Amino acid sequence: MSVVEFKERLIATQVWRSVFRHRYTDSNRNRSLAIFSNVFLHLHPVKVPEKNIRFWHTMCLGGLSFGLFLILTVTGVLLMFYYRPAAPQAYRDMKELEFVVSSGAFLRNLHRWSAHVMVLLVFLHMARVFFAGAYRPPREFNWVVGVLLLILTLLLSYTGYLLPWDQLAFWAITVGTNMAQAAPWIGSKFRFLLLGGNVIGENALLRFYVLHCVVLPLAAGLLMAVHFWRVRKDGGAGPL
Amino acid sequence: MRVAALASCLAALAATGAGGAVVLIDFVHPKVLFEPPTAFRVGKPEDFPVNSITADYDRKVYIVRTEVGFFALSAVCTHLGCITRWLEDEGTIACPCHGSKFGKDGSLVQGPAPRPLRRIAIRLEEGELVVDTVVEVEEDSILRA
Repeated sequence: MSVVEFKERLIATQVWRSVFRHRYTDSNRNRSLAIFSNVFLHLHPVKVPEKNIRFWHTMCLGGLSFGLFLILTVTGVLLMFYYRPAAPQAYRDMKELEFVVSSGAFLRNLHRWSAHVMVLLVFLHMARVFFAGAYRPPREFNWVVGVLLLILTLLLSYTGYLLPWDQLAFWAITVGTNMAQAAPWIGSKFRFLLLGGNVIGENALLRFYVLHCVVLPLAAGLLMAVHFWRVRKDGGAGPL
Repeated sequence: MRVAALASCLAALAATGAGGAVVLIDFVHPKVLFEPPTAFRVGKPEDFPVNSITADYDRKVYIVRTEVGFFALSAVCTHLGCITRWLEDEGTIACPCHGSKFGKDGSLVQGPAPRPLRRIAIRLEEGELVVDTVVEVEEDSILRA
């Protein structure tokens, strides 16, 4: 059986046809179907005008931010295998990750630096959109979604700050939650609910952990889907 | 008819959402806290020499004894909540986070702190001084020795 014969038989099987519903001959229809029928590609436009993918239109800032989000998700999930959000284990687990676990220091530093760079890139992305006037109609809704994503990025950064459970973490969250307390009317109540008490203790650590690892990433993922979808629907620059 | 049905659907949805929000806020509100007690004994009056300031950083209080009597200061900075330090050499209470300075009596010497250190309740109970960090008292109140 030649390679060509094998290929013909393979793509004729029911398993293959259940996954890929179109052929690969180079037609406009098939090229569109390759995008439409793939969940991973469906956020992409089928066609992108050449002028829209010029580097200096976007500087890839949004795409790079998303890339960092993916790195942070993968490294974060791996760090979760060793990290217990409880006192005093949290600090010991960080030290174990740093000095004992294979590649632990690498993963931790990758997570930390990616987080710093993501904040920077998200901010630069916003600045680029602002200076290009790309918040104007019809993109005003996507600007709002983007601002929400910026806030989520900062909140993710902030909640991650407490997790090492070291002196820097403790005092940074002390200062940060006291700033939140200064909000009129609801400040004190908000701080109490955020910390799960009056002082920064185990309740606060667990709450920040759940927000950092579950609540905020899910919210960010949802908004990113909307954000990317709107980039396409509003027309203009394509991905990366 | 259709509009009325839609309106009642929306009303039911809104009511469910509001109820859910109330239940959620109640859920995240801890009912029992395992936090250190806010009122505690700090020692016998004779343990504190006249004209002294004694720092208890673990419990975040200063016990000051003057010629007149005792008062207690919260060691929590009134700026953003860091724990201040008593600097013997300078005779001031200083905050390591943003550089605020306070006098020995808790008065504000240098910002960014907006207010003097909180003066907190101190009382004599069974021959021992007891401090309560959540009860704030007047800035000139003093427990006469």
